[in-house]
Amino acid sequence: MNSIQRTATPPNRVGLSQAVGDAMTIAWRNIRGGWRVPDNQIYMFIQPIMFVLLFAYVFGGAIPIPGMEDDPTAYKRYLMAGIFAQTMAFAVAPASVGLADDMQKGLIDRFRSLPMARSGVIAGRVIADLANQVIVLAIMIVCGLLVGWEIENGVLGFFGAVGLLLLFAFAMLWVGAFIGLSVGNPQVAASAGLIWLFPVVFLSNAFIPTPTLPGWLQPIAEWNPVSAFVAATRELFGNPSMFAADTFASNHPVLLSLIWVVVIVGIFAPLAVRKYKAAATK
Amino acid sequence: MNAISAEGLVKTFGTGDKAVKAVGGVDLTVPEGTVVGLLGPNGAGKTTAVRMLTTLLQPDAGRALVAGHDVVREPQAVRSLIGLSGQYAAVDETLTGRENLWLFGRLYQLSSKQAKKRADELLEQFSLADAGDRTLKTYSGGMRRRLDLASSLIVHPEILFLDEPTTGLDPASRLDLWDVIRERVAEGATILLTTQYLEEADALADNIVVIDHGQVIAEGTADQLKAQIGGERIEVVVHDSEHADSAEQILNLSSGGQCDRDTHTRKLTVPTHTGSKGLIQVIRDLDEAGVTIDDIALRRPTLDDVFVKLTGRHAESETEAADTAAGRAAS
Repeated sequence: MNSIQRTATPPNRVGLSQAVGDAMTIAWRNIRGGWRVPDNQIYMFIQPIMFVLLFAYVFGGAIPIPGMEDDPTAYKRYLMAGIFAQTMAFAVAPASVGLADDMQKGLIDRFRSLPMARSGVIAGRVIADLANQVIVLAIMIVCGLLVGWEIENGVLGFFGAVGLLLLFAFAMLWVGAFIGLSVGNPQVAASAGLIWLFPVVFLSNAFIPTPTLPGWLQPIAEWNPVSAFVAATRELFGNPSMFAADTFASNHPVLLSLIWVVVIVGIFAPLAVRKYKAAATK
Repeated sequence: MNAISAEGLVKTFGTGDKAVKAVGGVDLTVPEGTVVGLLGPNGAGKTTAVRMLTTLLQPDAGRALVAGHDVVREPQAVRSLIGLSGQYAAVDETLTGRENLWLFGRLYQLSSKQAKKRADELLEQFSLADAGDRTLKTYSGGMRRRLDLASSLIVHPEILFLDEPTTGLDPASRLDLWDVIRERVAEGATILLTTQYLEEADALADNIVVIDHGQVIAEGTADQLKAQIGGERIEVVVHDSEHADSAEQILNLSSGGQCDRDTHTRKLTVPTHTGSKGLIQVIRDLDEAGVTIDDIALRRPTLDDVFVKLTGRHAESETEAADTAAGRAAS
């Protein structure tokens, strides 16, 4: 009956190749399962399209870009990087909801009782959601081009911008993983994942040029991590970008974004794994 | 040799005034190849104990060895040797039964091919072959539990932890699952089973550990525990309440004890020291006297009686007790 033989003395440490394998297995499970619930996926793709259309046509005429008041395409060219970055940041939600759901249903307990890598469940979630974000970003880029946005900086800049946006999503997914494992309830995770993110995104240069803000808000908005990613994306796409103050944030947005990726992942990846290890079914 | 041994396990949740000692110094041994039932009401600390033994939770104090490995220092070794089936059916609803088993097989570090083969075997063994390619959303509660149990058997673990495997199942599915568990026992598995159902521990376990408020309050075989509260009783249900008087006389005479009478259910109960001999005598006497009976049985005390004796409370949770009471009132 023993068609499967175990190793006599099981190893107590998990090697890197096993960790990668476990993460891919979990990623498979998340993607496979995710597509069986088409509502979630459709909502995930429709929301960014809605944002593109709303901002391009509803706010587009009302928000002038300083110095480019006569250019009717100016706001669309300015706006798109902001919507891209916002959508990447919102990856927090599916990651936190997915892990909270696994926790509530007792699946995390099952995974934790298996001889798999401790990082596997979270890494698998991050990989699966990142794959979704690639599709979302592709849809948005097409959508943006259709409403009049332009890629103004050649192929290298384009791929640089796409890569940076996905790095931003990658970093935010770890934040989402931490939130999801902390609250352990998908309903709570849905709001806990996003409620703080709205003010953070809106208090940036994503949708409005920061020089139009009141003076005391300008430094907050310009040093906001979201602004770094948005400005870096604008720079790489060759879209119009502007800052009120001449600072490190305004001069080196790409470098600053990369620093933020390291900082965010450096803080939230260990926190998330720690939460996972201590996770208790609620 | 002991497959599971724990000494002085302690787990406290919360701090300060709100601290709750979920498990307060539990000793537990499960010899290889036996079934131990951890019996207690809701909130007794059963699940917390199992979570510590399966490496899901770090004990605050104490020590536990599972398959010879320390659960705190060698958790990964323990995990690769045990199977755990929780009280929540911890399987993925969005995947099919086959995909679930493949997924868990992969995470037990089987190759994709091995995992596929094992999934097929288990679906067959658990009568889920026809449902194997449907997502779990379409499964009944009993099917989910079967799949959950199958998931814990992927690597033929010699040690199984079953945390309330039949809670919430209908009686037919419960019996079904008992059969599956008995098959594992017949194959030589060591099982630690938690349950709030007395008849479940009685039916499956060699040894029963009664736990309440995080403490072991009794331990022994079902028979030993039952013996703690005295001997056997003869129960008679007479067909016609007019015959109750003569039946009571006969019971008092033949057993030399004091008969207990429930007019409403027409049930008479009397303690006896003569076992089945006494029972036969009673049947003869009743027959001679022309008393028609609906039911007669030699009853040993139930584990519920043991629980009441030990804790002053019924082992059933309050809602279940209320349900039973309502059921009795209705019948």
